[in-house]
Amino acid sequence: MLISFIDALGAAALTICTDVGNFTLFGLHALRILFTTRLGISKTIAQMEHIGVNSFNIVFLTGSFTGMVLALQSYTGFHRFGAEEFIGPIVALSMTRELGPVLTGLMVTGRAGSAITAEIGTMRISEQIDALRTLGINSFQYLVIPRLIASVLILPCLSLVSMICGIAGGFFIAVHVLKLSPEQYTSGIASYLQFSDITGGLYKSAVFGFILALVGTYKGYFTSGGAKGVGIATTQSVVISSIIILIANYFLTAFLF
Amino acid sequence: MIELIDVRKKLDSRWVTDGLNLTIPVGKLTCIVGRSGEGKSVLLKEIIGLIRPDSGSIIVDGVDINKLSDHRMLYHFKHFGYVFQFAALLDSLNVFENVAIAQIEAGIPAKKLLDKVRQKLSLVNLGHETLHKFPSQLSGGMRKRVGLARTLMNENLKAILYDEPTTGLDPITSRVIHELIAQVHKEFNITSVIISHDIEIFKYVDYVALLHEGKIKFFGEAKTIWESDNPYIYQFIRGLPLGPIQHEIAYEETKV
Repeated sequence: MLISFIDALGAAALTICTDVGNFTLFGLHALRILFTTRLGISKTIAQMEHIGVNSFNIVFLTGSFTGMVLALQSYTGFHRFGAEEFIGPIVALSMTRELGPVLTGLMVTGRAGSAITAEIGTMRISEQIDALRTLGINSFQYLVIPRLIASVLILPCLSLVSMICGIAGGFFIAVHVLKLSPEQYTSGIASYLQFSDITGGLYKSAVFGFILALVGTYKGYFTSGGAKGVGIATTQSVVISSIIILIANYFLTAFLF
Repeated sequence: MIELIDVRKKLDSRWVTDGLNLTIPVGKLTCIVGRSGEGKSVLLKEIIGLIRPDSGSIIVDGVDINKLSDHRMLYHFKHFGYVFQFAALLDSLNVFENVAIAQIEAGIPAKKLLDKVRQKLSLVNLGHETLHKFPSQLSGGMRKRVGLARTLMNENLKAILYDEPTTGLDPITSRVIHELIAQVHKEFNITSVIISHDIEIFKYVDYVALLHEGKIKFFGEAKTIWESDNPYIYQFIRGLPLGPIQHEIAYEETKV
């Protein structure tokens, strides 16, 4: 009983170490290709549209409603102390430093990260990646790098949209539902929100973009096991990306702010 | 010349190639036959370098490709054509982009490639109306012909490898594909290797090799194959249940 438990534990540890090692090597190889080969501009722009423009609606909605909920919730607390003018700064700081980047990262992971894995995974199982190699085409340069660059560039833009929508959503609730004056909401934001809060959030979202694209391409690139394998890889891609984004968020917050 | 020396490869705890030796004649059409799950596709992928053997040497023009780095391997690929079993066309690209993908990626403007792509499509009996169609709009036979046209875009080919080119096709389309392969071989005089278990292909090839249990059990000229007394090929081409090739193979069909 004990031996089999230790055996299973060892096997699990080995699997994790192998996966982490392979993922690290994949990332390093991608970086090497990024700096040693020509970037496909048109493919990168197409990916920016695929990852970014097509994610605009969900980022707009999640950002807006998160800001609205924040305003409602913070009103409950601040109203007791007569400190309603802090609702604006709370919403703005939360959206710029945390919720904007993190929610954008998670939502884009769910929409575009899964699509990246499914697309590359399908190409793997239908031998399209092998076909690229036999044609002398660097599959990293063709498939991985454009998605990485596009994701790193577009996530900060989406994150900015989320921040603006969140603050605007909070404004709408504060003024039209909670009956605060527009000055009460905005004056605090002008006083307490600093430019570094916004840039810090944008840096974070660039890192989240790198994570979701790297995990998405990695899981897709090593997909096996037919259609079922593509499904498993896609699920794993979303789960792993989300977890890494949340963990990375802690360290980035500690480092950046 | 392509020479495989003592090539061994283990997949899923079984030896797919087990000390395999084979010399593929230059400028000839060689067919590798064998039962399903014997590892014919693995062997073909070892020859081109998509799968690296665990041990042994694969010598192409005096170079052991098993020892090449991934980067050098890309240059090796530039002298080989590989026609995949299900064509492996890129779903997101139309026929023109699929056929010209290697040249487009090399930086040649698409406009300059149009005539060449049309010429290659004509060679594989496809009309210009297919240029803007996507793989999902093509039949299985058409996809394979587009795959062949994509391979023929390479002007520096030393060898073409065909992985079961007639799988899933009706007898008439299979014959058309066989004749097309023979026509391409005749026109370009390129060393060609075909994986198949369709014995109709023997009419078109120069040599036949039989793969069984990870080794080449027979290698000989196609025109004399029906007179061969090699027990393996004798049983295989006649489809006899009794003989050295056991009916119950110890492993399930695996496709890599």
